[in-house]
Amino acid sequence: MRRALLVQAALVAAVALAIGWFWYNAAHNLETRKIASGFAFLAREAGFEIGETSGLAYSAADTYLRALAIGLANTFRVAAIGVVLATVLGVLLGLARLAPNWLLARLAGAYVEFVRNVPLVVQLFFWYALISENLPGPREALEPLPGVYLTNRGIFFPLPGSRPELVGFNFEGGGALSPEFAALLVGLTTYTAAFIAEIVRAGVLSVPRGQRDAARSLGMSERQALSYVVLPLALRAIVPPLTSQYLNLTKNSSLAVAIGYPDLVSIANTTINQTGQAIEGIAIIMAVYLTLSLSISAFMNWYNRRVALKGVRA
Amino acid sequence: MSWLRAHLFSSGPSALATLAIVALAAILLPPFVDWAILDAVWRVEDARECRQAQGACWAFVAEKHRFVLFGTYPFEQHWRPALATLLLVALWAASGLRRLWRWWLALVWAAGLAAIGALMWGGVAGLAYVETERWGGLILTLLLATFGIAFAFPLAVLLALGRRSRLPALRWLCVAYIELVRGVPLISLLFMASVMLPLFLPEGVNLDKLLRAQIALVMFAAAYLAEVVRGGLQAIPPHQYESAEALGLGYWQRTLFVILPQALRIAIPPLVNTVIGLLKDTSLVVVIGLFDLLTSIKVSLQEPAWTGFGVEAYLFASAVYFAFCWALSRYSRSLEHHPARAGTGPSR
Amino acid sequence: MNAATWRGLAAAVALLAPGALFAQSTLDAVRAKGFVQCGVNTGLAGFSQPDSKGVWRGLDVDLCRAVAAAVFGDASKVRFTPLTAQQRFTALQSGEVDVLARNTTWTITRDTSLGLNFVGVNFYDGQGFMVHRKLNVKSAKQLNGATICVQPGTTTELNLADYFRANRMTFKPVVIEKLEEVLNAYFAGRCDVFTTDVSGLVSVRGSRAPNPADHVILPEVISKEPLGPAVRHGDDRWFDVVKWTLFAMIEAEEMGLTSKNIDQALASKDPAVQRFVGATGDIGKMLGLDNRWAFNIVKQVGNYGESFEANLAPLGFERGLNQLWNKGGLLYAPPIR
Repeated sequence: MRRALLVQAALVAAVALAIGWFWYNAAHNLETRKIASGFAFLAREAGFEIGETSGLAYSAADTYLRALAIGLANTFRVAAIGVVLATVLGVLLGLARLAPNWLLARLAGAYVEFVRNVPLVVQLFFWYALISENLPGPREALEPLPGVYLTNRGIFFPLPGSRPELVGFNFEGGGALSPEFAALLVGLTTYTAAFIAEIVRAGVLSVPRGQRDAARSLGMSERQALSYVVLPLALRAIVPPLTSQYLNLTKNSSLAVAIGYPDLVSIANTTINQTGQAIEGIAIIMAVYLTLSLSISAFMNWYNRRVALKGVRA
Repeated sequence: MSWLRAHLFSSGPSALATLAIVALAAILLPPFVDWAILDAVWRVEDARECRQAQGACWAFVAEKHRFVLFGTYPFEQHWRPALATLLLVALWAASGLRRLWRWWLALVWAAGLAAIGALMWGGVAGLAYVETERWGGLILTLLLATFGIAFAFPLAVLLALGRRSRLPALRWLCVAYIELVRGVPLISLLFMASVMLPLFLPEGVNLDKLLRAQIALVMFAAAYLAEVVRGGLQAIPPHQYESAEALGLGYWQRTLFVILPQALRIAIPPLVNTVIGLLKDTSLVVVIGLFDLLTSIKVSLQEPAWTGFGVEAYLFASAVYFAFCWALSRYSRSLEHHPARAGTGPSR
Repeated sequence: MNAATWRGLAAAVALLAPGALFAQSTLDAVRAKGFVQCGVNTGLAGFSQPDSKGVWRGLDVDLCRAVAAAVFGDASKVRFTPLTAQQRFTALQSGEVDVLARNTTWTITRDTSLGLNFVGVNFYDGQGFMVHRKLNVKSAKQLNGATICVQPGTTTELNLADYFRANRMTFKPVVIEKLEEVLNAYFAGRCDVFTTDVSGLVSVRGSRAPNPADHVILPEVISKEPLGPAVRHGDDRWFDVVKWTLFAMIEAEEMGLTSKNIDQALASKDPAVQRFVGATGDIGKMLGLDNRWAFNIVKQVGNYGESFEANLAPLGFERGLNQLWNKGGLLYAPPIR
């Protein structure tokens, strides 16, 4: 017992010592290199513009804090929509892989294989080039539906009470999706969906065949058996790994910096570059993502408990 | 005919899906083939010829392939990274063969890595010395992944054991580390290694840029691997622990000779998947300006004569990454299907 | 633990304590390790970019090679560390590189609060706008509401915001880190305007535009961008070496000394040339270098004009402000005597 205590005390002391040493070095280095420290810079004027603000007000005269908040809002926006779309696409692909149609199953399989084995950054670059190079400018916009315009500035669509109109250089009014946002969203969705498809497939396969046969023999159709018996059972195997895919998608949204979508990391990056305060900037990124990750896993744990079989202890 | 009926037209919806897929292929495939093959430009004297062409400019790949594969390594010495790449791939391939899983495989690896080091650095056997700043391209990607796993693995085993330890302080430290690293994007760790780490070291002490990125990758991979190893540890039935204890074995004896060999065997398929993940993740060093495969491609695209062929370049990058990752994932699947090691994943 | 162990431990701690390893001057440290470590851009055509054979080329690269020629008499004794915009200052401060030659704008904030010293200017630039001709824009004042492509994290982004605020106009930035992507976005029409340094606009229009006549560079130049190499604050000897390396390249052009004719200059009767090549006087010694330092720079790397012709002229850059002072530009080296 004494030895265990000693070992632990030594361990904690070693970690504390290492942190202390790093801290001491950092403080000394910041002082000799005349780099400011602390978070006072957050209240200073940022001085740079941000391309899209998720509907929030922002101008170059606002503070760094507000700029970072806009970045966070942008991260939220792409992650939230991405999670929903990736789930839908992933479930469809997962079921397609199990479909009796050979061509469909093979196609879905090939998709999953290819997408999973190419780095996401490469895919993002690719989508961005495809979207921004292959659509026409605003003055030659494609109009597939009345009031909906496809341009290399993004997709414009009417909202109740406001329609997009070509004013000067660009469309104004209505709703809009920028190409950066679209590329990031498409990239994150298609990439994550491939992983979700595998999870769904494994989940469905984990349901014993007897369950489905029993449902069928009760007179349920194939579809009824799938949606009332197999999927609810599969859900229990699906939810835990799904959580980590949602987390991955959120963290992967930080690759936005590569294609110019102003997410939290790309704004923090600009901030670091201007203020030289790398420690604070990276601390902010990490704190935000940690909070985000922990919240998502807390929510998913709660959900997991809710869908768990009643009376069966996990 | 009956195969077609059974597999493509078994029901109304199925037939509809088949027709839709065939129609879609008929619309999309011809223009793609035109672009990628029929109208493509394969070899040019001057990049401007590519700009006039309708199709893909594969001449970009032809012109830049040496730089993309070997980065800024001295041109006339390219055979050295080429040989090192082959050697490394051979080592990986050999490690995949189950009948070579013997203790001496570790020695083979040590010897192989020493040979690769000698090839890359030089300074021995009449080879000119080449500093790490000049290493680049494919070999850098592979080395980052290889050393990432090599160092992350022992760390991960310790973390996983620590997380299941009876000592609360040790357990909490390991949990904190694992969750902290898994909770943040790899990009932020790479930024930390490249911008923040120099501030945390005493003045005048410098770690190589490559080494710093490698540390970030090791830290990252270790946290994920630790969870894989923990999964393996948890899958071991409690009676194994109990009987080992009953034999009077101490903690380390139990762990090293009874528990770990079984746990790691169970964890091999997910372990290979983590390796694939790490190989792909090395492409993120592009954000800190390390000359891996992807960075070499991006830098090639910055030369004014060759800018604008991004689609071709990224397709090429995809093909290279895909070749490696796909091979690994096929291998991982074959392990899952192996009956002797059943217990993970679906078998169908 | 015995006394010897304690002493060893104390020594180890002392070694790790800040400052212990840093007392050495950069020049001595560079001499000791046998090469100059130079921080450059990861890839910027004309300034620092590896060619198809992986050899670094560019104006900034030549400056690094010149420093090596001055210190070692061998321009090849240089190693390049490619740095991103975020890494560059930390890399210099922490001693990872000895010289930072990475197209960095000289500003008062950087000079004072980041612990750097700019040794001078090796490229004068200014920020401008390029627009698609079909938009029929004649002046930057007409750009209200335009979508503008810009690279992030640089003074470019700040100048842009300042300019539009000062003129009470609004714009929509498209901020993309990599030149390749930002150019694609502009040429594909994703943006109405592309803004960067005028030199960059000229080169992009010349080399990258499908049809250069389709693009107009607007007359307004909205900022001063003096790009220069920097060294760490507080090491005056090293500061002098790098500073005079740059001046020597400029001075050589003014004196008409090139890599081709510098050998004949050794026999020159002109006292200024004699001092420059080290045939007379002891200027090298005053810098702590070999007396042939300037000769070696010009012989192995060339003068400023040669470097410009080799690296920037092929991309469509014009000399402009980067012409010698007596030819209408701003390049002016103090006398080498």
